[in-house]
Amino acid sequence: MTRVVLPQHLRKLARVGGEVTLEVAPPVSQRAVLDALESRYPMLRGTVRDQVTLRRRPYVRFFACAQDLSHEPPDAPLPDAVATGAEPFLIVGAMAGG
Amino acid sequence: MSGVRVLVGTRKGAFVLTADGTRRHWDVSGPHFGGWEVYHVKGSPADPNRVWASQSTAWFGQLIQRSDDGGTTWEPVGNRFAYDGVPGTHLWYDGTPHPWEFARVWHLEPSLTDPDAVWAGVEDAALFRTADGGQTWQELPGLRTHASASSWQPGAGGMCLHTILLERTRPDRLRVAISSAGAFQTDDAGTTWRPINRGLRSEQLPNPTAEVGHCVHRIAMHPSRPQVLFMQKHWDVMRSDDGGASWHEVSGNLPSDFGFPIDVHAHEPETIYVVPIKSDSEHYPPEGRLRVYRSRTGGHEWEALGRGLPQRDCYVNVLRNAMAVDTLEPCGVYFGTTGGQVYASADAGDHWAPIVRDLPAVLSVEVQRLP
Repeated sequence: MTRVVLPQHLRKLARVGGEVTLEVAPPVSQRAVLDALESRYPMLRGTVRDQVTLRRRPYVRFFACAQDLSHEPPDAPLPDAVATGAEPFLIVGAMAGG
Repeated sequence: MSGVRVLVGTRKGAFVLTADGTRRHWDVSGPHFGGWEVYHVKGSPADPNRVWASQSTAWFGQLIQRSDDGGTTWEPVGNRFAYDGVPGTHLWYDGTPHPWEFARVWHLEPSLTDPDAVWAGVEDAALFRTADGGQTWQELPGLRTHASASSWQPGAGGMCLHTILLERTRPDRLRVAISSAGAFQTDDAGTTWRPINRGLRSEQLPNPTAEVGHCVHRIAMHPSRPQVLFMQKHWDVMRSDDGGASWHEVSGNLPSDFGFPIDVHAHEPETIYVVPIKSDSEHYPPEGRLRVYRSRTGGHEWEALGRGLPQRDCYVNVLRNAMAVDTLEPCGVYFGTTGGQVYASADAGDHWAPIVRDLPAVLSVEVQRLP
């Protein structure tokens, strides 16, 4: 199971509390996690990545294992600790706008 | 007794204000979608319990929310706004070509007859439509691919399609307005479009009477008289008596003819309302006095309406989507400010009182008459 932590606005939109757990078939990548997330919570489509280009939205960041993975290729494998659920995959709204 | 529901979009959420027909005592619910910008909230004329909201942030993009119980509960519906084909370019602020990029939905115009059909005006300017209750949205690409579109430029607020006018007796006719491209009309349900800007004059353009490029802020029309249109332009209040084929200025004795909203009295098609703003660089009322101006003669002759509005030290703005009228008797008039006040008049503008004073900056105000 892969654990995903959503920012507050998206938790409210998806009507979930805390983190969500997803079944993600290996290899576990950003794209695979987001595909699984949007499949389970369709109302999140377009909020993390653009629906047409599938690119990460500019003010969204991906963190895991104390690393910023935002600029990693979408199909690059995520750390094993994320794939196994030992560590969560964090979707974060960037600090911007004051 | 009939009642009213005022739908308010703000920088930090939506609010629903309800009252009975006296319009004296108000219930306030919200914020709905707290923390999100809500550019527009509008109810369906075909089903007053169906209400649509455009919700967005720079962080998480665009959502469309639908309520089927008058704004009490909401469900997100489809939010995929994909331009049809390769979107091409328009002009950027510096005059260079810039690719069309979807930013947000500025305006939702529900069908007059079908609760499942809505038009959406978006930034960068284009028109979309849903026919399935918001599950899917399709662009009507004839507007964005108009021969003039590569020369359109954004206004300060972005290149937004902010006004959509429908006619009950001619469902294939739509008129839209884009900042800052101007006004356009289709008579074939959006397949082909033509500019309707003749008579507009904008000194900010190299050719002040160009066919397109005018910064139209808002167009209003009385539903019983769709050939008569009223426009608040960047500067100038304008009128057309031939459905937009030609325009003439009716600014008359206004203290400033700059402003954003314009609306028409529900029962008197020659009575119109504007909120003069000092200038395009000073977005606040002249003399720090908030006054709605009413013309009972379809323009030219205007009277100031300030009873109940702040008459000193007031430096708010009233944005283009932030004024509405109800169809009760007497006609109610409503507007919201960037200072978070929503004012109501239950006597066609003679007297005003705030419904709420401390909302986030108000982006849009619409009103529904309830049975």
